Amino acid sequence: MRRHSLLPALAILLFISSVFSTPLARGADSTDMKTLQPAELVSILAAKNSKPAKPLLFQVGSHMLYVQAHVPGSEYIGQGNTPEGLQHLGKRVSSLPKGTFIVLYCGCCPWSHCPNVNPAYDALKQLGFTNVKVLYISTNFGADWVDKGYSVARGE
Amino acid sequence: MTQRKIAIIVALLLLGWLVLRWTSRRDPRAQGLRPAPDFALTDLSGRPLHLSDYRGKVVILDFWATWCEPCKEEIPQFIALQNKYSERGLQILGISMDDSEAPVRQFQERFKMNYPVAVGTPQLADQYGGVLGLPITFVIDREGHIVSRHIGATNAEVFEKEIQRLF
Repeated sequence: MRRHSLLPALAILLFISSVFSTPLARGADSTDMKTLQPAELVSILAAKNSKPAKPLLFQVGSHMLYVQAHVPGSEYIGQGNTPEGLQHLGKRVSSLPKGTFIVLYCGCCPWSHCPNVNPAYDALKQLGFTNVKVLYISTNFGADWVDKGYSVARGE
Repeated sequence: MTQRKIAIIVALLLLGWLVLRWTSRRDPRAQGLRPAPDFALTDLSGRPLHLSDYRGKVVILDFWATWCEPCKEEIPQFIALQNKYSERGLQILGISMDDSEAPVRQFQERFKMNYPVAVGTPQLADQYGGVLGLPITFVIDREGHIVSRHIGATNAEVFEKEIQRLF
């Protein structure tokens, strides 16, 4: 009898949590991650006041791609699917407060095939970072950022 | 007499139109084709790799990387196409966008790639309009003009249809 009365309450709780939780997306594997659309990032970067806070931008894909074009102000970290890349990521964030707003991006391949963002995101989560988002690049950096006319920096 | 003059003028206009149409068909610029930028690289076996050395052949120029899953899916079909059409004048060239050569060399040996592979540069990528996502594959005709550009994994049948038109 008591079990029956708990079921509707559990269902309501599940519904509320699914409605109000942060949107999640599936990346290249089954890891759930918080994502950010390119247009959202552009508006955050363009905001003249300090709210919302400006994120640290980390490119965790290929260096060859970074040199050709990257989001202005972003840093090249190394490929998220390599031990060297993850090591460099760990070093880069070692002195940062765990609540630092960090945006990771790659754009080497279609979202479902990107080998880099998931490992980098997981690494930051394991290190205790709580405000990490991944730029959702559905096709690739050329199609979803450069071709949209968003500003681009080149070189090292 | 007037009718005869009109007939001559119409015939001349028709002839002019036919000549214009014929020449524009032969002119790649009129078809919107642009020359494929030449490059000078060294392939993984140490031989020079110049696109211009393949003038007279139909070329599939594939920008890929060992960490790119859709690229890896395409490699066996390129190997098969190279086997099937090499005698008819097809040459596939692989330009890896890996940041280092070692994984490319391993991959080439493991997959027994039967066409030249070199590691590209950002400058070369720029010449081809930017390689900001992989794979990107160009089909180049015998005269060295870019006929098509394919972004993302592309079915072998698509390439086969295109190259058969160019032989």
